[in-house]
Amino acid sequence: MTSADRLARLMLLPLGAFVLAFFLLPLVRVVMVAGQGPNGASEYLSVLTNARHFSTLLSTFLLSAGVTLATLAIGMVVALFLVRNRFWGRSFLVSLLTLPLAFPGVVVGFMIILLAGRQGLIGGLTQSLGMGKLVFAYSMAGLFAGYVYFSLPRVLVTLMAAAEKLDPALSEAARSLGAGRFALLRDVTLPGLAPALVASGAVAFATAMGAFGTAFTLATRIDVLAMTIYTEFTLAANFSSACALSLALGLITWGVLAATRSFSGSGVAAAG
Amino acid sequence: MRTSPLVFLFQLVVTLLAAAFLVVPAVTSILAGVTVNYFQGLRSGLTLDWVAQVWGLYAPTIFRSIAIALGTLCVTLLIGVPAAWALVRKPSRMTRLVEEIVTLPVAIPGLALALALILAYGGIRAFRASDAFILVGHVLYTLPFMLRSVMAVLAGVNVRTLEEGAASLGASPWQRFAQVVVPNARPGILAGSLMVVTLSIGEFNLTWMLHTPLTQTLPVGLADSYASMRLEIASAYTLVFFLMIVPLLLAIQFAGRERRTIQRKARP
Repeated sequence: MTSADRLARLMLLPLGAFVLAFFLLPLVRVVMVAGQGPNGASEYLSVLTNARHFSTLLSTFLLSAGVTLATLAIGMVVALFLVRNRFWGRSFLVSLLTLPLAFPGVVVGFMIILLAGRQGLIGGLTQSLGMGKLVFAYSMAGLFAGYVYFSLPRVLVTLMAAAEKLDPALSEAARSLGAGRFALLRDVTLPGLAPALVASGAVAFATAMGAFGTAFTLATRIDVLAMTIYTEFTLAANFSSACALSLALGLITWGVLAATRSFSGSGVAAAG
Repeated sequence: MRTSPLVFLFQLVVTLLAAAFLVVPAVTSILAGVTVNYFQGLRSGLTLDWVAQVWGLYAPTIFRSIAIALGTLCVTLLIGVPAAWALVRKPSRMTRLVEEIVTLPVAIPGLALALALILAYGGIRAFRASDAFILVGHVLYTLPFMLRSVMAVLAGVNVRTLEEGAASLGASPWQRFAQVVVPNARPGILAGSLMVVTLSIGEFNLTWMLHTPLTQTLPVGLADSYASMRLEIASAYTLVFFLMIVPLLLAIQFAGRERRTIQRKARP
């Protein structure tokens, strides 16, 4: 071993110590606490066996899947439009669309309240149109809007980068062979964007599964896993249950990100 | 093929709707924060009273968030930059495993990470009640971003060759790290630093669990104001947050563009 190798090993030490002390050991503690509750080791599977937890898992899953599909659909239309057209104010529009990247979940929750809350813009609009006040911020629909708001800028950044790398010669060739608009989209554009769609979709999904801030701002009654863990831990002081659910949730989000990363090369980091 | 007008129109409408969805509430929030009475609208006049009230109520949270963000930055630099070099220089199964474990906290919900930290260290009162408890959480969550950012740049500049060159000129390992590796990693260190500070200032998922009434950060204060303050104060507080976060975000985008241009030029 050369002296440089020794130095390199030394330089990994602080990282190793930190991760061991503040991640791996706490993780072991969570695994232990989860199995030491009144239900014993069966608590580990409570997300599947406990009817209430399972229905929460299901609704969180459906919400996240819906958010992912909606964000990808909107993101793809917008990304292709912005990449294929050059017009005055385009880069300003791109900045506006990516600015919310830095908004944390709590702030996004407030944005949804301003949009669809009791004193929200949408409610005011529908009221003045004589359709009554439309208020949906404090429900699953509000959370849905919040997660789309949160993930759309991230998805856009990834999809635009991918769309810029699409080879125009491929679509030229397909067209000269007689491919129609739809065939072009299905056989050339979509496969070209597939890795970016999978990568950014996975991040959107994992974020919607595990995020807490938006749900916390909108309402504590929304039935999603993160809120259940929070109430079990702080209000019910049901530590084993909170730990078991956290493990299940962490396994799901990590699993989704890891699986798609091996599919699409490198993943994009989740934040929030 | 020219896009058909209908397709073009559809794309345009979706794009504008998406932009409106993202921008309108943000603008509303900014305006509400400087409007005398939100329900009467801008007619009621503009004021900085709400911002002043926010300052009176929440100034400590703003300073605490800045301090924690800078502290997080220091720790991630000290731990992350040397480790990034060590992980990049001789990739092996071992380094990939280390990288995998270290980046795991990004893939796990902040709530779960915070819960683990509380269960493991919540009993140590002095630690639990201090800003350091939040700092540890933030380092855990932001470290992967620093690592990845620096590793990506180091992998691109081929450190091995540079290092061997420096070694053949008689540089010691430490000199090689300090005078060859770190300067070459600068774009990655800059991008990683901006990312770490931005994430730390806005972090809520972990911080809500880790904070105590005496260690409230800006996002924790925001959640408090959304729940208990009138809309104008909540908006003014959000405005303060925007003023802190938007310059950071613009700097990140600028740094990213700079880096891409350099990479493009470097390509033959």
